[in-house]
Amino acid sequence: MPELMGDDAGQAYFDAVIARDSRVEPTDWMPPEYRHALIRQMSQHAHSEIIGMQPEANWITRAPSLKRKAILMAKVQDEAGHGLYLYSATETLGITRDAMMAQLLAGKARYSSIFNYPAVTWADMGAIGWMVDGAAITNQVPLCRASYGPYARAMVRICKEESFHQRQGFEILLELSHGTPAQKAMAQDAVNRWYGPSLMMFGPPDADSPNSSQSMAWNIKRFGNDELRSRFVGMLVEQARVLELELPDPDVRLNPETGKWEHGPLDWAEFKDVLAGRGPCNAQRMERRRAAHDGGAWVREAAAAYAAKQAARAGKEAA
Amino acid sequence: MTTPQKHRNPTPFAQGDSAASATRITPGNALRPEDIALAAAEGTAHPAPEVAEYALRLGDDALVLAQRLGQWISRGPELEEDVALGNIGLDQLGHARSFLSYAGAAWGKTEDDLAYFRRESEFRSAHLFEQPNGDFAATMARQFIAASWQYPLYRELSSSSDPMLAAIAAKAVKEVDYHLDHSTQWLLRLAGGTDESRRRMAAGLDLMWPFVGELFEDDPLTAQLGDAAVVPSSLKAEFDRTTGAVLAEAGLAVPAHPMATGGGRRGRHSEHLGYLLAEMQVLAREFPGASW
Repeated sequence: MPELMGDDAGQAYFDAVIARDSRVEPTDWMPPEYRHALIRQMSQHAHSEIIGMQPEANWITRAPSLKRKAILMAKVQDEAGHGLYLYSATETLGITRDAMMAQLLAGKARYSSIFNYPAVTWADMGAIGWMVDGAAITNQVPLCRASYGPYARAMVRICKEESFHQRQGFEILLELSHGTPAQKAMAQDAVNRWYGPSLMMFGPPDADSPNSSQSMAWNIKRFGNDELRSRFVGMLVEQARVLELELPDPDVRLNPETGKWEHGPLDWAEFKDVLAGRGPCNAQRMERRRAAHDGGAWVREAAAAYAAKQAARAGKEAA
Repeated sequence: MTTPQKHRNPTPFAQGDSAASATRITPGNALRPEDIALAAAEGTAHPAPEVAEYALRLGDDALVLAQRLGQWISRGPELEEDVALGNIGLDQLGHARSFLSYAGAAWGKTEDDLAYFRRESEFRSAHLFEQPNGDFAATMARQFIAASWQYPLYRELSSSSDPMLAAIAAKAVKEVDYHLDHSTQWLLRLAGGTDESRRRMAAGLDLMWPFVGELFEDDPLTAQLGDAAVVPSSLKAEFDRTTGAVLAEAGLAVPAHPMATGGGRRGRHSEHLGYLLAEMQVLAREFPGASW
């Protein structure tokens, strides 16, 4: 019913939904800016899942035990599932998966910059799980209460699986840090490389974050970038102790006055470089996606042609 | 294709704890490789040497195929196929781990000892599984042949006189049933889709068909095993019938190529296996004795 409202009545209805912290559903009236902001954020999230398969797929064939191979395959498969789920949720806003994929391939839609770093050792499978998935969860748990219903519900399911992934990453690092000295060094090296990029996954400091305040007013985003980053650092500190690994940041401390975790300076110039396409793997990630997409075109065309023929045949039989 | 499965003995080993693993590789309480490894360590799983040799063959087939399918992930023509090929690869990896854990019990070796620290000539995989992925049609052709062979094989093996082989097969046959359906549907779709997909599907079948013959060859080991194993040649008629029916529906001829001589069961492999093993084993061999 709310869909049929005029813009004024619709806006009033929408404002009331937001004011009582309730959910907006696909058929409800919503401001075009809200719709566009969601399409941007949700499709970026879906693309991140899909591109994020690549650094881990890089180690499936070399996983050092069959059990780890199985867990890694299951994890990467989960990510494809998350991508599918998020594309479907985004389609409820009136955009097709094909259109979103075209935006990604045209460079018009982003994915998380973190996946433009290379996964060069097995320990990266641990660090990605522990730190990258850990940061993602810190970001995503509040999204389970996002005002857009399909997004919030998708996040509930995704967060459950992500928390498995994070534990698996932790377990990989734990095994390495309690292994041979060479294994422990491999783990420490991975933590050193992924620490800064994973902290920067929360986005720029609040003062420089252009989309944050509107997103918070719409109840999509619940906490600022700096608040989430601080929570994440606190989690890392405790778990690094169990792992017996060092965080490469001498300035990490719990501020006794604010009760918040603080960290040392981050390399925002690097962040901007990677965002602008100058990361180590930007071209490689896009090329792989493009190759899979273009290389699979004949398969998708065949499936569509076959389905059309079957439908025509069924129509003829029914007639 | 839907011959009912013979459910024999509920084995004492099928007691997996579904909550034990974070990412649930095995749903429900089905037999897991970890259970078999545990039984091996406790000495309750002790295959006869010839049974172990046989399990090694089936385990190597599944392991090599899983490795091939793992190469597809993030490269599929559709996200749905990334999920499906990953799933099938995971199933095959699960079968491989079960067979290898069981085989290893005969020699005091773990699944990882066997997967990572054997030389190429010690592998027992058939050449079909070693074939490179090629395009999606070639992969589907390999899947179609593999599943059309594994389905009746595991169905019959679930009545094996060896209770562990029977238990592994009883779990595997349910999964391979799905693999057969998946590859059959794609074969029909590609054959009946566009001119290009039809040409590629026929080419994929041509590429893989020479490796059918090896799967059905009997040898002294299979003769010696009696009721514990399935006599390979006994499955050929059913394979010809089921694959023939699908190819007829697809309007494709059964490829008429001469069969390749094979030799995988004796450790004589295709040129492809060496590269596959080099990639699979590199990290484990860099850190011998390490735990992961």
